[in-house]
Amino acid sequence: MFAFIVRRIIQAIIVMLVISLVGFSIQHQIGDPIRDLVGQRVTPAEREVIRDQLGLNDPFYIQYARFVKNACQGDLGLSFFYKKPALEVIVSKAPATIELVIVTAFIIIVLSIPAGIYSAIYPKSWFSRIVMAASTIGVAIPVFLTAIALIYLFAVELNWLPSFGRGETVNIWGWESGFFTWDGLKHLVLPSISLSSIMLPLFIRLVRAEMMEVLETEYIKFAWAKGLHRQRVWYIHAFKNTLLPVITVFGVQLGILFAFTILTETVFQWHGMGFMFLEAVERSDTSLLVAYLVVVGAIFVVVNTIVDIVYGFVNPMVRITGTK
Amino acid sequence: MSHLLEVKDLEVKFALRFGELIAINGISFTLDRGERLGIVGESGAGKSVTGFAIINLLSKPGYISAGQVLFEGQELNQLPEEDMRKIRGNRISMIFQDPMMTLNPVLTIRTQMVETVLAHQNVSKADAMDIALEKLKKVHIPSPEKRLHQYPHECSGGMRQRIVAAIALLTNPSLIIADEPTTALDVTIQAEIMDLLLELCESEKMGFILITHDLSVVSQVTEKIAVMYAGKIVEAGSTEAIIQDPKHPYTQGLIKALPGSLQPGTRLNQIPGMMPTLTDIPPGCAFHPRCKISDTVCQAEVPVLISIDEYDRMTACHMVK
Amino acid sequence: MKAWNRFKSSYLLYSFKRDRVAIFSFSVLSVLVIISILAPVVAPYNTYDTATFDIMDAETPPAWMEGGGEMFMLGTDIQGRDLLSTMIYGLRVSLIIGCGAVLLQAFIGILVGLFSGYLGGKLDSFLMRIADIQFSIPYLIVAIFTSAIFKLAFGVGRYAELAVPLLIIIIGMSEWPKYARTVRASVLGERNKEYVEAARVIGIGRWQIMFRHVLPNTLTPVLVISTIQVAEAVMSEAALSFLGLGMPITKPSLGSLIRAGFEYIFSGSWWITFFPGVLLIIFILVILLLGDWLRDVLNPKLYKG
Repeated sequence: MFAFIVRRIIQAIIVMLVISLVGFSIQHQIGDPIRDLVGQRVTPAEREVIRDQLGLNDPFYIQYARFVKNACQGDLGLSFFYKKPALEVIVSKAPATIELVIVTAFIIIVLSIPAGIYSAIYPKSWFSRIVMAASTIGVAIPVFLTAIALIYLFAVELNWLPSFGRGETVNIWGWESGFFTWDGLKHLVLPSISLSSIMLPLFIRLVRAEMMEVLETEYIKFAWAKGLHRQRVWYIHAFKNTLLPVITVFGVQLGILFAFTILTETVFQWHGMGFMFLEAVERSDTSLLVAYLVVVGAIFVVVNTIVDIVYGFVNPMVRITGTK
Repeated sequence: MSHLLEVKDLEVKFALRFGELIAINGISFTLDRGERLGIVGESGAGKSVTGFAIINLLSKPGYISAGQVLFEGQELNQLPEEDMRKIRGNRISMIFQDPMMTLNPVLTIRTQMVETVLAHQNVSKADAMDIALEKLKKVHIPSPEKRLHQYPHECSGGMRQRIVAAIALLTNPSLIIADEPTTALDVTIQAEIMDLLLELCESEKMGFILITHDLSVVSQVTEKIAVMYAGKIVEAGSTEAIIQDPKHPYTQGLIKALPGSLQPGTRLNQIPGMMPTLTDIPPGCAFHPRCKISDTVCQAEVPVLISIDEYDRMTACHMVK
Repeated sequence: MKAWNRFKSSYLLYSFKRDRVAIFSFSVLSVLVIISILAPVVAPYNTYDTATFDIMDAETPPAWMEGGGEMFMLGTDIQGRDLLSTMIYGLRVSLIIGCGAVLLQAFIGILVGLFSGYLGGKLDSFLMRIADIQFSIPYLIVAIFTSAIFKLAFGVGRYAELAVPLLIIIIGMSEWPKYARTVRASVLGERNKEYVEAARVIGIGRWQIMFRHVLPNTLTPVLVISTIQVAEAVMSEAALSFLGLGMPITKPSLGSLIRAGFEYIFSGSWWITFFPGVLLIIFILVILLLGDWLRDVLNPKLYKG
C-alpha cells in the first residue's frame, strides 16, 4: 500500500513540474514582468537595468529553476491589474469557486446515485425512462445555455432567485463564505444547478450502467441464493461494487467541473477564480494567468491523487497488488 | 411420509425477443432426506436451470411455465417472494460453480458469513460469528479466525470453495444443491471437496443434489442419477444400475466416452453430433439425430420415462423394451 | 458499384432503416449540413458584408411579434443583422471548425497511436506519458487556456482574423490523446494477430504493415468516437466563443451570438439568445444521437461510453 501511495505522489510531482514548465514558458514569452513591476513609463535604458536586476537575461533553465523555487515559496509573480501578488489574488477569489463546486458536487451525488440505482433496478419504469431520455438530451445542452435558461425563468420571469453575484457573504478567518446567510444561499442555487447539469446526465448513466452490470454478476446471484433481504443485496453487495468505478470517474470529473466554473461564473457574474481568469485575459495580466494555471493544475493533480489513494483504500484488491 | 423434495412435470421457459425457448420440458423426480441425487448432462441440457428453478431464482427472461416444486410438502414455485427468501439459504442452500465469482470481492469472509446467519436467525452478531467459526472448522479450514477477516482473493481456490460450502451449511439446511461445484478446481482439490460434501451430507442427513457433467464424480458420490438431454430426463434410477448397465443410448454414449474405461492409446469414443440448441429441438425424441439405433417412431413420438426392468431405473426410449 | 451493393445489403443499413431515432437524426443533420454549406445561397442576407445591414435595425423582434416584419424572419441582433442569416452562417462556421478540429485530432491521434502501439518500447512509453499528462487535464481547460494565450500573443485584431484556423488547431490539440489511446489499444490487439505475423514472414516492411495492414483494422473504434468528438468540438467552440475567446462578433458562430444576446435578455430581446441556442442544441443533439446509434451498431459490447 505504501509503495502505491509513493508511486502516485511521484507521478503527481512530475505532472506538476510539466504544468509549471508550461506556465513558465508562457510567462517567459508573453509576460512582461517589468511592466508588472514598474508600469509602462520607463525608458529603454532603465528597462535594461531592471532586466539585469531581475535576472531576465539569464538562460532559460536558470530562470525556470528560479520560477519553481519561488512558486514553492508561494511567490507566483505580481498581478499587473491588482498590483498585488498573484497568489494572493487567486486565494481571495478561491472561496467563491470552491463553495460553488462543493454545492454542485453535493447536488450531483445526492441526485445521481439514487436515480442511477433506481433505474438500474427498475429499468422499465416510467421514471427510469424519463430520466434516461432527459439525460440524453441534457448532454447536448451546453452549460451556459442551461444557465441562461435558468436565469430567464427564475430570475427574469418569476423573480424568485437572484441572477448574478454571490449576495451577502460572511468573512470567516479570511474566507468569504456564502453559506451562512439566506441571501448567500439563494445566490448559490442557480449557479450550482447550472453547473451540476453538465455532470448529472453522465453520472446517472454511469451509476445505472455500473449497477446493472453488477446486478448480473455471480456473487449477486449467490447473495440472492443465500436468502438475504433485498435491501441488503442492493445496498451492501451491489452498491459497494458500483461505487468503485464511480469514485474514480468522480475524481476526474471534479477537475472538469473546475473547467466549467469558468463558463458558469461568467454567466452569473460570480467573482470566483474562473471569472478572474477571464478578466485577466481581457487585461493582458499574464502573471495572473500563469498563476491560475499553476494553482488550478495543482488542484487537479492533488484531487486526482487523493481520489486514486482513496480508491486504493476502498478497493481491497488494489491494496495487495499495489496496481490498478 | 412425503419426500423432502418433489419435482412434478416442471417446465421452464425463457421469453426471448424472437420467441420462447423451452429450457426444461417437463421433468419429475423426488429426493428424500439424506439421499444424494446427481443430475447429469452436457452443457445446455438444462441442469443448472433445474437447480435455479427449484429455488425460483431464474434469470430475468426465464420463468416456470408449468409444474410444481414441492419442498417438505410446500409448493415453492407459487410462494410469494418474501416467503421464498426465507427458504433460500436457510432450508435450501446452493453452491455455485466458480468460488471466485461467487464470493463478493469487496466484502470480508466474515461479513458474507455472518449476514447469512443474521438474515435467517434471530441471534446476536457475536453468536453468528461463533456459528461461522464452527462451520469453517467443519469444512477443515485451518486457522478459521484469520480467514474470517480476509477477503476472497486472499484465499486459494480450494479454500474458497470450502468457505462456500461452509456458508451453505450455516443454517443447517435440509437440502443442498451443488451446481458444478468442482469444475473450476484442480483435480486434487475436486476430490477433497467432494469427499467433504459427502461427509457432511452423511453426518447431517441432508438431501444433496449434485448438478454436473462429470459422470465419474457422480458415480462416486450419488445414489440416484437423472440424465438430462435437451431439457428432458432420458434416464433415471439408482447410480449403480445406470452406470453398470445403461439402457438409454445417450447414457451409454456418455459412459463409453469416459476415458477411464479405455486402454491407453485407443481412440476416445465420441457421441457424434452435438446437443441441439434449445430453440431447435428435433421432433419426437430429441436424441434421434445422433442415435445409432433410432427408427421412424423416434422421429414421430416423444418417448416417455418408463420402468423397464426390476431394477430401480426408468428409461425414455422407444427402442428399449 | 460493388461497394455500393455491399453497403446496401449490409447490417449497417438494415439496422439504420429500423431505427427511427437514427433516421430522424440523420435527416435533421443532413438538412442542417446542407443549409450551412449552401449558406450564401440559402440565407436571406450575407451577414459578413457590412453593407447589408444597418445598426438602426438592431433588436427587431421576430416576424410574428409586434415590431417585427417579414424582412427579418427571426428578428435582428444587436448590430442590425438578420438573425436567421447570421445563424446559418454561424452554423456553418461551427461545422467547419468542428469537423476541422476532429480531423486534426484524428490525424495526430491515429499517427501517435499507431506508432506507439506498433513500435512499442521507449517511443511508446514516451508518447503515452505525454498523452497521460495531457489527459489528466480537462480538455476544456486546455482549450480555454490555449486560446487565451493565443489571444494575448496575437492581439485581438490578428486573433480575430485567424480565428477559424486557430480554433481548429486549439480544439484539435486539446483532444488528440483520446484518439491516440483508442488507436493504440486497437493496434496492440491487432499486432498479435496472425495476419501481421504472416506479413512479417513474407518480408513486408514495417511501415507497409503498419499503414496498409494494421491501420484499416483499427478504424472502427475511430469511427465510433468520431461522432462524439465532433459534437464535443462544436460544444467547445461554442463555449470558447461564448467566453469571448472564439469567433469574433463580426464573424459570429452560434456561441458568439449567444454571448452577444445574453445581456439583452434582461431588456427583453430574448430572441437573440434563444434561436441560436435552440439551433445549437438541436445540432449537437442529432450528432450525439447518430453517434449513439453508430456505436450500438458497430460494436454493442465494447463501447459503453
